[in-house]
Amino acid sequence: MSDELQTQTYRVTRADLIRYCGASGDFNVIHWSDRLATAVGLPGVIAHGMYTMALAGRAVTTWAGAPDAVVDFSVRFSRPVPVPDTDEGTEVQISGVVKEVTEDGLTKISLTATCHGEKVLSLATATIRKS
Amino acid sequence: MPLDPSFVGRSWPPTGPYLVGREKIREFAQAIGATDAEYHDPEAARAIGYPDVVAPPTFPTVVTMAASRQIVADPALGLDYSRVVHGDQRFAYTRPVVAGDALVCVNTVEEITQRGGHDFLTTRTEVTTEAGEPVVTAWSKLVQRGAS
Repeated sequence: MSDELQTQTYRVTRADLIRYCGASGDFNVIHWSDRLATAVGLPGVIAHGMYTMALAGRAVTTWAGAPDAVVDFSVRFSRPVPVPDTDEGTEVQISGVVKEVTEDGLTKISLTATCHGEKVLSLATATIRKS
Repeated sequence: MPLDPSFVGRSWPPTGPYLVGREKIREFAQAIGATDAEYHDPEAARAIGYPDVVAPPTFPTVVTMAASRQIVADPALGLDYSRVVHGDQRFAYTRPVVAGDALVCVNTVEEITQRGGHDFLTTRTEVTTEAGEPVVTAWSKLVQRGAS
């Protein structure tokens, strides 16, 4: 394992959000209706924060090489991820660096998630157990 | 209206068990684009020591979000869900969720604060099996934006 998580780029489209609504049970209108999202002051439909966190989780488990490696995972949702109604949607980029390896074999990773160059997560950290 | 501070420290009775299905895990993994074999193929999951397919790290939100209605839907708390955004989320795992788990949630309000006209509600949800075996603990901070 390297000390850096190579940047992973994930495309996010409206179809992805609709699918995530159904899979997660979170049908908040701001994730599928521009009309209702703008009515509450948002630029339009935004991704579920938990969808962005799930993408960060994918980056971590990919890097760890094990789907069950994560023992602690926390984020702050610092900025919404607007998802336009286009074929391209938008892109979220996840990267990370190893901050600490503890004596009991845990690796603490600091994660960065950006959309159009702006941080959409802050204080994002994952702790994994090396296998 | 600020949130009722008397909710801090309050816990609720355990929720009814949520039975984690193999197809639900596959559906969730597919929705987040996670193609790891252990999320989809029981044989691959058994090969790393689990009885059935393993759930991705954020899957517990499916269970805890439904369980948190116990708190957020209580009119006495005073939460206006139309003004709520997700502030923070944390999971501390004892083990991954696995298909076949029957999961029970115990919700507690840890903190209620106010800052800059916004209200902050931090909840903790202990997720265990019906037998009480710990699986994951989830902390969620919701932000109720000030009325404009």
